[in-house]
Amino acid sequence: MSKLIETCHLTKRYGDKLVLRDVGLSLGAGHCLALLGHNGAGKTTLMKLLLGLTAPSDGEVRLLGQDPRTASGAEARRAVGYLPENVAFEGAMTGRELLRFYAGLKAVSHARCDQLLEEVGLAGAARLKVRTYSKGMRQRLGLAQALLGAPRLLFLDEPTNGLDPPLRRHFYQAIAALTAEGTSAVVSSHVLSEIEARADVVAILRAGTLVAFGALDDLRQASGLPLRLRLTVTPESVGEIAEAVGGGFALQKVEGGTMDFTCGTADKMAVVRRLAKLNGVVRDLDIQPPRLEDIYAHFAAEEGMP
Amino acid sequence: MSAIRQIIVKEIRDGLRNRWIAALIVVLAGLALVLALLGAAPGGEVKASALSVTVVSLASLSVYLLPLIALMLSYDAIVGEAERGTLLLLLSYPVARWQVALGKFLGHLAILTLAILIGYGGAGVVVALLGGVDAEGWHALAALCASSVLLGAVFIAIGICISVVVEEHSKAAGLALTLWLVLVVLYDLGLLGALLLDSNQSLSSGLFTALLLANPTDAFRVFNLTLVEGVREAGGLAGLGAQTVPHPALPLGLLALWTATALGAATALFIRKEI
Repeated sequence: MSKLIETCHLTKRYGDKLVLRDVGLSLGAGHCLALLGHNGAGKTTLMKLLLGLTAPSDGEVRLLGQDPRTASGAEARRAVGYLPENVAFEGAMTGRELLRFYAGLKAVSHARCDQLLEEVGLAGAARLKVRTYSKGMRQRLGLAQALLGAPRLLFLDEPTNGLDPPLRRHFYQAIAALTAEGTSAVVSSHVLSEIEARADVVAILRAGTLVAFGALDDLRQASGLPLRLRLTVTPESVGEIAEAVGGGFALQKVEGGTMDFTCGTADKMAVVRRLAKLNGVVRDLDIQPPRLEDIYAHFAAEEGMP
Repeated sequence: MSAIRQIIVKEIRDGLRNRWIAALIVVLAGLALVLALLGAAPGGEVKASALSVTVVSLASLSVYLLPLIALMLSYDAIVGEAERGTLLLLLSYPVARWQVALGKFLGHLAILTLAILIGYGGAGVVVALLGGVDAEGWHALAALCASSVLLGAVFIAIGICISVVVEEHSKAAGLALTLWLVLVVLYDLGLLGALLLDSNQSLSSGLFTALLLANPTDAFRVFNLTLVEGVREAGGLAGLGAQTVPHPALPLGLLALWTATALGAATALFIRKEI
């Protein structure tokens, strides 16, 4: 049993509405899974099913090897942290009281609570009522509670919502440190550029169907999306180069001394070899693989939509 | 067990912070005090101690006020958290849903018990200071406190049941008030009307007792007004009680049964609820 989460033919209906259809995925230790999809694609429902907050209509769910709807599943949640989208707290309690309440449910010490409040930058506001907190402060408190009790698995639904850039960076650093120690994270986010550098596994939901799932590099291949090449050349050699590079290349744009090309992933090395033969005229070469945004657009686009 | 304890403590804290609850508890204690002072006045022809008279008054007060406080404590226990969005997070912790339901129930019951002990205990002390106490009176007061806690438990459990079934906080409030009105006021009016209309006495005394005991508030009333001799006289039920109620354990047992049923139903429904 090395899989932290596993689903098989997972289907969820709310009344007549099909929210998830036949979803099968799994995640081992030490990975960061980016869960992507438009609003209403079923991301939050998938997290709820994995946490045992709602029952599957069909198919199976395993959380740390347990059915999350059973007593052993509840016990398994001791090693799981969850940050819901737009996390809400009891406003009449102070930040410290709230964190201690949640800590009590996981048998975590008060000292660890104070340490976590310190880490997320809420030590100064610990004695204030949560009602007075800003959106960013509530989100930070949400992160603190998700990190209680050395979790092996984290579910983070739009975690950087309301966080300012330095705190976002700090947040992802904390996640990276945890995944290095073997903790896995399931992160849903709309900010693809931000999650691209952190996630190594990607799952894309479209209207309740899992349209793509796998390592980010594998999905790049599978998408068949081209690489982008940008050459910096001497302006007078543009014509020569355009002729020399030939097949496999598609010239997109020439602007002064920069030339933008696209080429298939498989042709990459051939292209680089050909460029190397052009002695001296290529001053710089920048290769950019398809970005997560492109891959996402490729898989998540609705039929009939661009 | 530690998870249940956490929830109990949090519910007690939340309940004591709620101004409506605090206000109702102050009203309860205040009215109990007034009744104690009135009851301690010379009893005239009635052969009952001042404390027994006070207990009768407190029992009548309890019938109206305790179910109301209990329902106000519990009617949004689940639906309120669901609406505020805190339920999702709570249930993602290593807590079973029955633990959440039971923890909330026990927390609310603790608040209500505290209010009863302060209010009625205070009344008892006032009467004692004024010198109108006998052993039977204390016995009656203890029985009143115990049965009041049970009555409160019934309505807290019913309130939690409402809070699970209903999807909106405002609907839960409406349903709770309606239920209070029906069980505390209208049910008795109905029974009274039936008795008045029943000119040829086809309504047997056994059936009447059964109908009376079926309603938890009436079971509470029957228990308190018939249990102790002195109270029975003060309550003017001397003749009725001995015949119609076989044993004081019956109404108490029925209150416990109501509590267990309502709490069991609330838990079962909560476990099946989609969050």
